[in-house]
Amino acid sequence: MERIGITLTVNGAAYERSVEPRRLLSDFLRDDLRLTGTHVGCEHGVCGACTVLLDGDSVRSCLTFAVQCDGASVRTVEGLGEIGALDPLQESFRKHHALQCGFCTPGMLMTAMDLLAKYPLSTDDEIREGLSGNLCRCTGYVNIVNAIREAAGARGTDKA
Amino acid sequence: MSSQAAGAADVARPGIVGARVQRREDPRLLTGRGAYVDDRKADGTVHVAFCRSDRAHARIARIDTAEARQAPGVLGVFTAGDIDAVARPIRATSNMPDYRATELEPLARTKVRYVGEPVVAVVAENRYLAEDAAGLVSVDYDPLPGVTDPESALEDRALLHDEAGTNIIAAREFARGDVDGAMADAAIIVEDRFRIRRKTPSAIENRTCLAEFEAGRQALTLHASTQVPGLLRDALAEIFDLPGRRLRVVAPDVGGGFGAKASLYPEEVVVCALTMRLGRPVKWTSDRMEDLTATTQAFDEIVRAKLALEPDGRIVALDADVIGDVGAYSIYPWTASLEPVQVVSFLPGPYRVQNYRGRVRAVATSKAPMGPYRGVGRPISTFVMERLVDMAARRLAMDPAELRARNLVRDDEFPYKSGSGIVWDRSGFQECLSSALDRFGYAQRRTEQAAARNEGRLVGIGIASYAELTGIGSRISAAPGMPINTGTERATIEIDSTGAVTAAFGIASHGQGLETTLAQIVAEELGVRVEDVEIIHGDSAAVPHSTGTYASRSTVLAGGAATLSARALRKQAIEAASYILEAADTDIEMRDGIISVAGTDSSITLRELARAFYSEMRRIPKEARESLELSASATYDPFFGTTTGATHVAEVEIDPQTFGVTVRNYVVAEDCGRIVNPMIVDGQVHGGVAQGIGAALYEEVIHDENGQILTGSFVDYVVPSAAEIPDMAVIHLETESPSTLGGYRGMGEGGTIGAPAAIANAVADALSACNAQINELPITPDRLFRLIRDVEPREGESKNET
Repeated sequence: MERIGITLTVNGAAYERSVEPRRLLSDFLRDDLRLTGTHVGCEHGVCGACTVLLDGDSVRSCLTFAVQCDGASVRTVEGLGEIGALDPLQESFRKHHALQCGFCTPGMLMTAMDLLAKYPLSTDDEIREGLSGNLCRCTGYVNIVNAIREAAGARGTDKA
Repeated sequence: MSSQAAGAADVARPGIVGARVQRREDPRLLTGRGAYVDDRKADGTVHVAFCRSDRAHARIARIDTAEARQAPGVLGVFTAGDIDAVARPIRATSNMPDYRATELEPLARTKVRYVGEPVVAVVAENRYLAEDAAGLVSVDYDPLPGVTDPESALEDRALLHDEAGTNIIAAREFARGDVDGAMADAAIIVEDRFRIRRKTPSAIENRTCLAEFEAGRQALTLHASTQVPGLLRDALAEIFDLPGRRLRVVAPDVGGGFGAKASLYPEEVVVCALTMRLGRPVKWTSDRMEDLTATTQAFDEIVRAKLALEPDGRIVALDADVIGDVGAYSIYPWTASLEPVQVVSFLPGPYRVQNYRGRVRAVATSKAPMGPYRGVGRPISTFVMERLVDMAARRLAMDPAELRARNLVRDDEFPYKSGSGIVWDRSGFQECLSSALDRFGYAQRRTEQAAARNEGRLVGIGIASYAELTGIGSRISAAPGMPINTGTERATIEIDSTGAVTAAFGIASHGQGLETTLAQIVAEELGVRVEDVEIIHGDSAAVPHSTGTYASRSTVLAGGAATLSARALRKQAIEAASYILEAADTDIEMRDGIISVAGTDSSITLRELARAFYSEMRRIPKEARESLELSASATYDPFFGTTTGATHVAEVEIDPQTFGVTVRNYVVAEDCGRIVNPMIVDGQVHGGVAQGIGAALYEEVIHDENGQILTGSFVDYVVPSAAEIPDMAVIHLETESPSTLGGYRGMGEGGTIGAPAAIANAVADALSACNAQINELPITPDRLFRLIRDVEPREGESKNET
């Protein structure tokens, strides 16, 4: 099958690759770039596990073709903090036990990054609404909401 | 913090067990550095795509693979004969009377029995090409009569398994006392036909497996997203006739299981067979449609039950007939009896029921096989019994909380043998009820409910109490009559030459945080810091025998093995240290990895001890170095197991326009014995309750009358999101230390057991004015609309008053 050349930035690093037009962004990240932190849960855009930031907006990488990202900037969970130097959101997830099996977690984190950047998140209902496109089967969401609430509050303090 | 550190030596050391220790797993999982099976890239890996049956019941007439074989990147196209040549079929045996094993061929040979059953395996250089080629395979089927509805299937007009001679592949009856006599004499009887609709566990990580064959060693390694690596190793060793030393099953990070990953699957056999044939690593990664159609499903029962009571509310008899729709095959190793038999085993619940009869039939139908799902049978038994209790309370005009208090087994009655023969050891049944009601603010909320009803709002409160057996040992099988042992677990703890502590287990954590909780137990019992302990799990090579993590067993069984082996290791480490410290064993203590002589400043670190023991040959006498080991192994068998009890209280409101049910308040009070890590216990309850709410209100695997599955995506199979699950309060009671080593009780499943019943009772309570019978789950808006419409003409909310 014909391949198309793309250049894009992922977590600040520039990549130039040629891909089949049908190649999903999720497969491109996981298999071609070996960034396996982005997980694939349903491949039909419902579970949200594969969520990444594309030019600052959360998208389903399983519903995005790699070729659509030509010239774009992608951020994945590997672009947040590192072991020993977690991002405040990751710290909050750890503190509140907002993850169990960890499979939905990268998508939850990337969705939450998007929410934290764009919305006041002043009520739990707003947080829950914002998370409603990400399925978690382990936590019952209680501690995920707790973690994001705290991260939202800390964000307010930073700005003040 | 500094003052705490300074005073640490002279204050009582806070227990490591019982502390909110942050999870060891989290840093890697939060940073995308986890290692799930699909993350593993073995050189030269090829991918399988399965062609699956699109018929519920049909004979395979012809399979044409010619075009697929010519497709780009294809290495081979395989059918039943290719697998049968190297693998024995899967057969889940049981010595249970009236049980009929059904042979499961990894790829269907003559007949297909459910939509989604694997028929052809296509192997190609990558998943895209494998799926392309799979689309070119053509299978012709001759249709066979449908075996879809479980009640019709009982009549055996068409058989799913001819050799079984019947569709009823398991049957059992429990009886105690004189049910008919007690029913005849009873003041009131409440009865109904209850239906809970099929669910699927839906872990967010789809099942994945990667088989690698090392030609030099003739050794097979399977990485699988499984809860039961040891169990798979033993099963695959039989299937492929390989010694265990050359067959290793590894469950690395696993993205949730909930029972769905606790059985042996055809795909796991196929990738093993194909890697040996092709000489290349073979991977299969399920997509969600395959998961929703071909992963084991559960919670599919019809229960006719009646409950008899005296005027004072005392339960005198319970009678039930259960039909379990167990799908097309009896799964390995649990068999098709697993869930339906548990429904009748646990139906009497935590109540005194002197006269009990429970009959169950497991009926094969052309649907995906039924397997374990969080709660196994008990979500159904609890739903039925708790509905009956509420129906009885209504008939007796008694508060449902009071009726429960009158019938729950009291403290002075433990150990209590239930109507089905289960023995409850002492557990806080009454305390859970009263604590849950207190926290919920029951009396106050009843007042508020009355006010809300006066405004025409449909607000309801529901209670559910239940009991379960957890941490079961060798005396009780996890499923009736299985030929395997699920009652023991083993641990090996070693201090290596650098002083590092490694504890190896056969259990497999897949979200439960066992790397943390087992490290807490080892640290506390051994006398080291949590961060000094490395936990190995999920690897069949780690211990000689293990099954895995399921049935709320790992804290009790692996925790017990950890305790025994840590104590044995501590004793030896102290003895070895006694030669260096020149003190009697009895004067030596070990704490935070420092071994010291009590009341002196004489001490050595674990690292120094290890160096002395392994490398500085003159510090410890030869005889001691030969007789001692800085290593200990132990097996724990709780023999019977222990009781975990809980009460859930839910408040719901029904939207009179959309008929959607919103869960407004949720309280759980549970007695799970000694808690290792309260943060993790809370999380287990939250997640279990969310799945129970899903079972009560949203989740339903739907087949049409021909057995075609209609819920093949997450759009159609509705898993609740954050917007549907409320905040919840969890109260932990430790009423009595159970007989298990360490005092632990299992608690991973309870949330899912109590929630469907609590929600159902709350919805029924919200509709109490219109007398709508809530006897079917899930209570979807569609079902609720029909129910209310059928009970009375749609006139409006004015009738919904007390």
